[in-house]
Amino acid sequence: MNGDIGAIFWVFNIFVILLSIAGAYCILMTFNLIRTLLGLEILIKASTLLIIVAGYLTHQTGLAQAMVITLIVIEVVIMVVAGGIILSLFRHYKTIDTRQLNQLKG
Amino acid sequence: MATRLIRAVVGLALTSAVLSIIIFRLSSPLAAVFELSVCSGLISVIFLTTISFTERVSQERLASRKAERFGRFWLLPFIIVICGAILSVIKFRIDFSLPRAIIDTDVRNIIWHLRHADLLGQVLILLAGAFAVVILFKEPKKDER
Repeated sequence: MNGDIGAIFWVFNIFVILLSIAGAYCILMTFNLIRTLLGLEILIKASTLLIIVAGYLTHQTGLAQAMVITLIVIEVVIMVVAGGIILSLFRHYKTIDTRQLNQLKG
Repeated sequence: MATRLIRAVVGLALTSAVLSIIIFRLSSPLAAVFELSVCSGLISVIFLTTISFTERVSQERLASRKAERFGRFWLLPFIIVICGAILSVIKFRIDFSLPRAIIDTDVRNIIWHLRHADLLGQVLILLAGAFAVVILFKEPKKDER
């Protein structure tokens, strides 16, 4: 691996790993559905940064930008639909705590 | 409204703003503009709207869960240390010294000529999202209540 490129990759890769750990931990440990969505957002941020860094290092920033724009569109649709599902659950159960959303069990 | 949730949403918006600066510095200005306007602006508004329509947890329930709120973070430092140790042991051999790509660097040409199937996918996903929102917020008829 070229030395400069490797150094740049590892500097950004540390931030990607930290963001991924924070997002996954947020999804796994919280019981609030809105915080789960926030964790998913952090994970998407990590993947966005990784795509842009990979595009920068391989001199294909145009392709990386096109993929990131697609990712952002998908992200917005996911957030809107997930927010609507959370609101519907709140209207029905009067809570968004996953420990109390147990009607589908058994 | 739930103050801690709003603080978390503001933090996410600030993260998006910092990420957009990094993306701009990595010579991807169009993606940086999208990140700043959509992720930092629109998604924060969606989150704040969702939070404003829900209710905050009652004080009694909040007090009963105060101990377990901090108890869930004790595992996080260990996970970070273990991941760091694994990364320091494993030496990734990723060769980025690829030959110069023939692909055009202009994002407009790439979107409209090379990745035009993505545009179709984006339109379909937006339509699916619009239909999902219509179904989720449909008012039930009087005889269905």
